Amino acid sequence: MKLLTHNMLKSHVKGVKDGYPLRLSASKVELKEVTFNADFVVRMLDRIVWPVLRQTAIEIGQGDNLPTDIPADAATNEEFLRAMHHVLLEVLVLEGELECPETGRKFPIKKGIPNMLLDEDEV
Amino acid sequence: MSRPEYAAPPELFYNADEAAKYTQNTRMIQIQRQLTERCLELLNLPAERACFLLDVGCGSGLSGEQLTYGGHIWIGMDISRDMLDVANERGCEGDLFEADMGQGAFYKPGTFDGVISVSALQWLCNQDKRWHEPRKRLKKFFTTLYGCMWPGLSASFPTDLWWLEMITHAAMKAGFTGGVVVDYPHSTRAKKIYLCLFAGVVGNVPRGKTGEEGANQQSAGASFSKQERRDKRKQRATKGRDWIMQKKERRRKQIGQREVRPDTKYTGRKRADKF
Repeated sequence: MKLLTHNMLKSHVKGVKDGYPLRLSASKVELKEVTFNADFVVRMLDRIVWPVLRQTAIEIGQGDNLPTDIPADAATNEEFLRAMHHVLLEVLVLEGELECPETGRKFPIKKGIPNMLLDEDEV
Repeated sequence: MSRPEYAAPPELFYNADEAAKYTQNTRMIQIQRQLTERCLELLNLPAERACFLLDVGCGSGLSGEQLTYGGHIWIGMDISRDMLDVANERGCEGDLFEADMGQGAFYKPGTFDGVISVSALQWLCNQDKRWHEPRKRLKKFFTTLYGCMWPGLSASFPTDLWWLEMITHAAMKAGFTGGVVVDYPHSTRAKKIYLCLFAGVVGNVPRGKTGEEGANQQSAGASFSKQERRDKRKQRATKGRDWIMQKKERRRKQIGQREVRPDTKYTGRKRADKF
C-alpha cells in the first residue's frame, strides 16, 4: 500500500464520526521506483493532508527530508516535488496494520493488501 | 452456463481455481480489456494526464492493467482474496484492498478523478448473507462513492439489463446524474450496457455505438462488423517498440513467468522483407 492511498483512507466502522487518519504501523516496507510525474504530484497537493503524510512517513522511517509545511512555491519547487513523489508513490507498506483512531478496530495488511472487511455488527 | 451471480457469493465463487482462469483464459482477458477501454473512453478524462482512479471489483487486476497502460494511478478493491493474490502475482501496479463494496467506500472526500467498475455491480443486487439487504447495500455504496469523488467527474460501469433499474435508482437517489449508454443496441451478441454517472455536475451522457459509424472509426468497444474486426486485428499487429518494452518490463516483474528475452537493438524492429 502506498502512502498516497493511506492519506486518502478513513475508517468506515459503524458509528465512527470522522475516522481520519487511520494509524499506520508497518513491519515491512519496500521501496519501488516509479516514474516521476510532476503534473500528478502538483494536483495531489490539494487533495492530501500534509501533516498526516509527513507524520506517517516519519513513523515508518522515510520522512527525513520533508519540511514541516508545504513551501509556498511548492508547484514549481522540483526538489520538494521529488521528495513528495518519493513518499507518495515509491514507499510501499507490505506488512503491518491500520488502526481506526476512534474504535481501535485493526485492519491487518498482508502482502501489501489491507483487509477492510467488516463484520456484521460493524456495518 | 448459469451466471456466476447465481452460483455462490463472490468471495466463495472466485476461489483459487476461478482466479487462475482469469490469468489463462485469453477470451476472458480480451473481454475485460475491451470493457475497461470503453469505460475509460466514457469517463472522458483529460488527455495525456495521469489521473487518480478507483476500480471497484478489480479482481485479478486485468482492468487495472489497462489503467496502468493509460498512465493512471489507481486503487482497486475486491472482496475475493484469491483474485487479489493473483493480481499481486501478475505484478499489478495499483494499490489493492480486500473490501466489500456493499460496506461503502472508505476514502475521504474529493479523492478520485474517476471511478470504473467492470462487471461487479450486479453482485450488490444479491442477498448472499442473512443480514444483507441489497437496497441498503446499494445505497451505502453509491452515497459513500459520491462523497469520495472529485466533483464534476464521472463514474462508468458496464452492467446488465437484469439489474439496471435497481442500480440506476440507487445511484440517482445518492445524487448522481447521468444515464445509460447502450452500445450496439441491435445486436444480441455485441450489445453492451454502460451506466455513466456524474457527481456534482450535469454532464452530457456520451452516445452509444451503433456499428454504423464507418470503418475508419477506431472502436475500443465490442466488435460489430467484420470490417471493424479486421481493422482491429491490423491495429493490434503494429504495436510499437515502447509498447513491447513496457510489456517485457511487466513480464519480468511477474513471478513464475517464462524467461523474458533480453532487450537488444533488434527488439521491436521490423523483419527484413523476404524475396
